[in-house]
Amino acid sequence: MSAPTYETAVTAYRPVFGLETHVELGTASKMFCGCATDFGAEPNTQTCPVCLGLPGALPVANAAAIEYTIKIGLALNCSIASWCRFARKNYFYPDMPKNYQISQYDEPLCFDGYLDVEIAGRTIRVGIERVHLEEDTGKNTHVGGATGRIHGAEYSLVDFNRAGIPLVEIVTKPVPDAGPEAPEVARAYVSELRDILRTLGVSDVKMEQGSLRCDVNTSLTPAGSSEWGTRTETKNVNSLRSVERAMRSEIIRQAEILDAGGKIVQETRHFQETTGTTRSGRSKEEATDYRYFPEPDLVPLAPDADWVEQIRASLPELPAARRARLQTELNLGPDELQALANAGLVDRFADTVAAGAPAAEARNWWLGYLAQQANSRDLEAAALPITPAQVARVIELIEAGTLSTALGRQVVDGVLETGDDVDTVVADRHLGLVSDTSALTAAAQAAIEANPDVADKVRGGKLAAVGVLVGAVMKATRGQADAATVRALLLEQLGVSE
Amino acid sequence: MASLHELSAAQTAEAIRTGEASATEVARVHLDRIGQIDGELKAFLHVDTDGALAAAAAVDARRSAGEELGPLAGVPLAMKDVVVTEGLPTTSGSKILQGWIPPYDATITRRVKQAGIVMLGKTNMDEFAMGSSTENSAYQVTRNPWDLSRVPGGSSGGSSAAVAGYEAPLSIGTDTGGSIRQPAAVTGIVGHKPTYGAVSRYGLIAFSSSLDQAGPFGRTVLDTALLHQVLAGHDPADSTSIPESGPDVVAATVEGARGDLSGLKVAIVTELTGASGGYQEGVLARFRDAVAVLQKLGAEIVEVSCPHFDYALAAYYLIAPSECSSNLARFDAVRYGLRVGDDGRRSLEEVMSLTREQGFGPEVKRRIMIGTYALSSGYYDAYYGQAQKVRTLIADDFRKAFGQADVLISPTSPFVAFEIGERTADPMAMYVNDLCTLPASLAGTPAISVPCGLSDEAGPPLPVGLQVMAPAMADDRCYRVAAAFEAAYQAANGPILQHLPSLGASR
Repeated sequence: MSAPTYETAVTAYRPVFGLETHVELGTASKMFCGCATDFGAEPNTQTCPVCLGLPGALPVANAAAIEYTIKIGLALNCSIASWCRFARKNYFYPDMPKNYQISQYDEPLCFDGYLDVEIAGRTIRVGIERVHLEEDTGKNTHVGGATGRIHGAEYSLVDFNRAGIPLVEIVTKPVPDAGPEAPEVARAYVSELRDILRTLGVSDVKMEQGSLRCDVNTSLTPAGSSEWGTRTETKNVNSLRSVERAMRSEIIRQAEILDAGGKIVQETRHFQETTGTTRSGRSKEEATDYRYFPEPDLVPLAPDADWVEQIRASLPELPAARRARLQTELNLGPDELQALANAGLVDRFADTVAAGAPAAEARNWWLGYLAQQANSRDLEAAALPITPAQVARVIELIEAGTLSTALGRQVVDGVLETGDDVDTVVADRHLGLVSDTSALTAAAQAAIEANPDVADKVRGGKLAAVGVLVGAVMKATRGQADAATVRALLLEQLGVSE
Repeated sequence: MASLHELSAAQTAEAIRTGEASATEVARVHLDRIGQIDGELKAFLHVDTDGALAAAAAVDARRSAGEELGPLAGVPLAMKDVVVTEGLPTTSGSKILQGWIPPYDATITRRVKQAGIVMLGKTNMDEFAMGSSTENSAYQVTRNPWDLSRVPGGSSGGSSAAVAGYEAPLSIGTDTGGSIRQPAAVTGIVGHKPTYGAVSRYGLIAFSSSLDQAGPFGRTVLDTALLHQVLAGHDPADSTSIPESGPDVVAATVEGARGDLSGLKVAIVTELTGASGGYQEGVLARFRDAVAVLQKLGAEIVEVSCPHFDYALAAYYLIAPSECSSNLARFDAVRYGLRVGDDGRRSLEEVMSLTREQGFGPEVKRRIMIGTYALSSGYYDAYYGQAQKVRTLIADDFRKAFGQADVLISPTSPFVAFEIGERTADPMAMYVNDLCTLPASLAGTPAISVPCGLSDEAGPPLPVGLQVMAPAMADDRCYRVAAAFEAAYQAANGPILQHLPSLGASR
């Protein structure tokens, strides 16, 4: 039997998936103490007795983090608990100062919501099981050893700056009806979620810095069967592309096992960016018993109903509503924004339009040349080091005739390479079209003198022959002249009219 | 004037305020006394001579500068080693914290310092406050100043012995199931467990978070109340701290000392009178005497039944171990304290296990195991969950009882101080020490122990304590009744500590 392709896999099996997304909140201070949360500080400089778990220290819940979590819950159409508690999740790990994590267990702050995503004109509702609040752990660096993991490492370093940063976990219900598009739906969900979180201003949602992290649960059900298969949990999925790639690869891997009559092992797997495949985590056969119990150091959380309504009333325009509005305002077709949304580019697009670019041009640049550049750099397009205003300026220069499309791409390359402004790149690299007539006149004169035979042909009425002269001028000006202008100039000098 | 170490805290503060004595003299007298007798008594794990003298000198300087001094400025105090003190060793009586110097102060440490109280050092205790005799300390066995062959109670036995032995007029203990009240009772001093949340837990090394509460020891009710007033108050660093300010317990003490309890309803708790045995007859006799005294003071004596108190011990020994199994997980050799077997070859797990195996004593291990089991999936509902239900029923019993009476009374402990080693073989024999004190711990309600006489049935005359329990936030009632009782008892018999045998060179 040959190994399944993705297409044969999703023909034989129906994928069911679920996502657990961890989001570091962008509060100024940590979840249970006053320490700062800045990314990239010197290790262990943003710590105190509380987040180091020193004997005697006690947690105090961060009100802003609770408000942010309620915002997320409301944006995801969740019910907000009128009373809930934090719980201790007990397990030993050196990045966890107390050897328990303050989390929530059977009483999440937000529950029972949904988020709609659209793929190719189809709306798929992703159910939200729960949104709960917890504290992040420290960060381990395992030095020495082959795997970069704790086993086999020579020694390990722990940075507790991250310990205690408020972390929201958003858990979907299983999504059984996405069909072959399951990986795209998963990606679209994370993309939409990220847009929502960014719009709410509750997190910087930088996947590459780990402020948004995904675990992807995947299982396969034989086509026609109603019983779901055994699922695996894939961790270390840290970009939108990886969400899609990880699930595709896991679907193929599981299909191959099932095709061969094997059984899927319920396990944690790790996604590897380099190969695009998942690898089994260190298999721990025994199930971990976290011995959850209500956190006695914190009082129950009882958000006042009026407060929740105030928060609801203060929510900004959410991405779906914004897309609907933009679609009307910019007179776009229904799918045009969706492609941008799924690529995480609505903001970039809208900002480019706001900076003066025509919608069609802005869309073409972001989904076209810029998306290609991002792909070749292994980046999300929105993460490219170019601003919407810079893109709008390139479009403006093309419209004004100062740049050709080809030159515009060179300018974009220059901006991406140097970080300089568009006009600086144009000037530094002499990329503007030559519109100085005397310079062009001189170049035209030189071309005529260098090609007397061709010039005679043109004078003799063979207008098509002027192309050779135009080519010579373009070459002399390194492409920075407008071909139509050059042609007119040459004909004028040769005394020929069209 | 009596020797400086024999003064009460209130008298000491007065002497310093008036200039009769300097805080430095007072500190030196107590440090000398510790030097003389602590070799026998073994109340202290760490004596901070330099720190105490510096704190005393600061009080003297403030007085010379004409500053007004607080009610306990310059008064020495002994601090239980479970309370975190910046720059001073803090072990919680455990080997696993040997050598740890905390980088911060507990809120109550800060409050003590701000009050100008002079901290003499850190006192011995049962490891992580688990025990009723201080024999579970990893370092030493503290002796009862009434009889050096006996225990001073526990887990705050170092703090009770230090005050009863005149090494300090004041000390701080913590009470999770009776660890202030029982040691106070068996050493003949006063000890109060405040309402849960009245005193900040920030900086108390946690044993059982939902039960732990720090409180004062003193040789008089007034001294105890004065220290209570320093310790109590809202602390934003402790989420379980009560936001409202508590009652004025000093005023209640002054009021009580007038000796009039008319109009007050005092209820004897049927379940805490030893009907089914297990209480020493001498303890019950002193309790009956105390009831008569209260009646004479004008209180109306009634009896109430709190049927679920019978389940307090079982519930407590599930809840406290459960919480401790989680609280003590942080002692893992990674960041502070003991580290065993880190030879570069052993894995992290092996070093953690070895450290915990060698760093924790048997009682601590027993409770971690009980708690780990009780919280395990499949057992949670039957153990931890069930115990929490019992806790609710006990709180309901209290609520009903306080509908019929203003305070509840009982003996503080079923027995007087026992011999060292007498109850170490059987954990249950140790656990029953807490029979009378556990209900108030589980309900989070305040309770005080005040000396109510001596019993000699176990051999030498040994102190017996009267426990007075009040509703949450009504700590003032405990102090009022205790002060009235103390005044009446002393008027008839003199202070109980006059019978204390002499220790070392002097009493």
